[in-house]
Amino acid sequence: MLKITRVIAVTLPMLSGAAYAQDTVKIGYIDPLSGGGASVGEGGLKTFQYLADELNAKGGILGHKVEILPLDNKTNPQESLVQAQKAIDAGAHYITQGNGSSVGAALEDFVTKNNTRNPGKEVLYFNYAAVEPSMTNEKCSFWHFRWDANSDIKMEALTNYMKGNSSIKKVYLINQDYSFGQSVRTQARKMLGEKRPDVQIVGDELHPLLKITDFSPYIAKIKASGADSVVTGNWGQDIALLLKAAADAGLKVNWYTYYAGGAGGPTAIKQANLDHQVFQITEGFANSGDEAAMEFEKAFRAKVGLSLWYPRAVNEMRMFKAAAEKANSIDPVKVAAALEDMKFDVLDGGSGIMRKDDHQFFQPIYISSFGSRSEKEPFDEENTGWGWRLVSKVDTPQTVLPTTCKMTRP
Amino acid sequence: MLELIVISTLNGVLFGMLLFLLSSGLTVIFSMMGVLNFAHASFYMLGAFFGYQLTKWIGFWPALVLAPLLVGAVGMAVERYGLRNTHKHGHVAELLLTFGLAFAIEEIVSMIWGKSPVDYRVPTALDFPAFTVFSTNYPAYKIFMLTVSVAIFVALLIALKRTRIGLIVQAALTHPNMVGHLGHNVGRVFMLVFGVGSALAGLAGVIAGPALVTQSDMAALLGPILFVVIVFGGLGSLPGAFIASLFIGLVQTFAVALNGSLASAFGPLDSSVGPSVLSDIWNVTIAQIAPVLPYVLLVLILIVRPMGLLGTRET
Repeated sequence: MLKITRVIAVTLPMLSGAAYAQDTVKIGYIDPLSGGGASVGEGGLKTFQYLADELNAKGGILGHKVEILPLDNKTNPQESLVQAQKAIDAGAHYITQGNGSSVGAALEDFVTKNNTRNPGKEVLYFNYAAVEPSMTNEKCSFWHFRWDANSDIKMEALTNYMKGNSSIKKVYLINQDYSFGQSVRTQARKMLGEKRPDVQIVGDELHPLLKITDFSPYIAKIKASGADSVVTGNWGQDIALLLKAAADAGLKVNWYTYYAGGAGGPTAIKQANLDHQVFQITEGFANSGDEAAMEFEKAFRAKVGLSLWYPRAVNEMRMFKAAAEKANSIDPVKVAAALEDMKFDVLDGGSGIMRKDDHQFFQPIYISSFGSRSEKEPFDEENTGWGWRLVSKVDTPQTVLPTTCKMTRP
Repeated sequence: MLELIVISTLNGVLFGMLLFLLSSGLTVIFSMMGVLNFAHASFYMLGAFFGYQLTKWIGFWPALVLAPLLVGAVGMAVERYGLRNTHKHGHVAELLLTFGLAFAIEEIVSMIWGKSPVDYRVPTALDFPAFTVFSTNYPAYKIFMLTVSVAIFVALLIALKRTRIGLIVQAALTHPNMVGHLGHNVGRVFMLVFGVGSALAGLAGVIAGPALVTQSDMAALLGPILFVVIVFGGLGSLPGAFIASLFIGLVQTFAVALNGSLASAFGPLDSSVGPSVLSDIWNVTIAQIAPVLPYVLLVLILIVRPMGLLGTRET
């Protein structure tokens, strides 16, 4: 008898806990909240919490409250799996992650295995920033959805822009030594080689991921190479410190980057006085000119105290809501089915589509440069007085690249 | 090319001097007390965070003096109330104490200051390019770091070679028991040395904080290199630590600057081989393996000369 009461005493709270968990939609946010990736990880967390608040203020998703569970993965794939399990144990059916494709690939594999082994308890992985192409190609999974343009799409657009700039003669590549950095360097070499065979690649550097605290040796090397342009996919502190070291050494080159706008980047660019010499490629930016996006940016800055660095997170959360409403369910399998081939008007204007074949979202992307502002650019960054200016816009149809994905569906 | 050499030498010497500030304390503590202080890099981190906090409250210059003193006081307290009590249980207990302490300090720091980098900036008085070599600016703050490190090195040398305390410390380095038998308060000397050693690490933290990144994993990033330096230089040898610090600093900086690989030395592999583990190794550049080089040196020196460059006793 005692044994039975004990069992009941243990299981009852668990049951009620499970019942309660169904009332809220829990999203496990698995990203670095410590170490070298923390600056971007914390910004991302604040963004998702803001978006959850926004949804909850309008009645949540189908009446369910949305809750973000912050989980620190230290940019470590192994640690991420532990955190993903923690999220599942806490009742989350959705996880979201962005920083580090090494982590992304591990999570994609994890949810696929988890969902095969636990039918009825599926988990979806919403990827807002891990852009390694293989995740929607040879390693693609039905349970993974990516809202950021993948690295190849970005490099295609970036090199298309560079193609028309005849002042580019010597290019230096510097990237992080892991799957994503290697894919950036390979694609940059290949695409520049095709589009501008006259351009000389004078350096091709891979450095340890998020471990370097002083980039001056690398800057000295870039300087010595005589490069006029640098192409880098660096993110987090690796781009901020790289630009900071360049500012300290007075290196004057044009920077073609994926993520120069991340925390610390704008301050370093201003310090180096590189007026409209640093370019980045994103799916949206503060001064994009879209009315609704600018309203959002204003409200976001007022409440969070940061610039919106992840417009794709806005698209992800709003589209999640739309998909759940379309499926009339928060069941992951039904939401996943509803997301496929779903069209969606993105934050910065224009229409995007979640391609069914590989679960890659296609949307307009922008190349912008950082520097002094005109009247049409109301937003500055990090109190520098400088802001992002539109350089080139690529519409959705021009961003579509073929995929090799052969998806297995449940 | 000349430009690259000059800048790399400056950077290398600077990093080397920073390493020396840390390794000098570590190696003296080791040779006197026989304890490898795993928490030494944590004192460096404490120095950086104290420096950051005090800079916010009272400005950089007072912080430059106060923060190392605070870290020194923490170090002395650790010796007096921690290590001295565990001493009777043998070296393993002491080692474990410093090992645990390193984790404790990291956790405490991240509890107080958070896990992401703090905004510890170069003071405005030093935020300008000191000089320009071949069109590359060299920041004044780095020159300042270099000056402080060299000044401390000279002061340490004078203190050890020209003062009575230095004499006792030197004697205790090789014959701690004999010094005790001669009537000196070895306990107090230990505490003092531990305090000074920690203060030096703290000072390194204060000046390195703004130039590098001040965050709770900075101790873990630098710690392993320190052990390489003191083993390489010879345990307990200050001149050894000095040479090893400079050497490691230069090796790391120059390795980054070099592009050589097996492929560039011996020509590319036969293309019929295709991509494989072998071709990965063949094409890896020296710059890519730069972070591993110190540890390779550590292994090599232990094989060739186990007592280190200038060490006198076997480890």
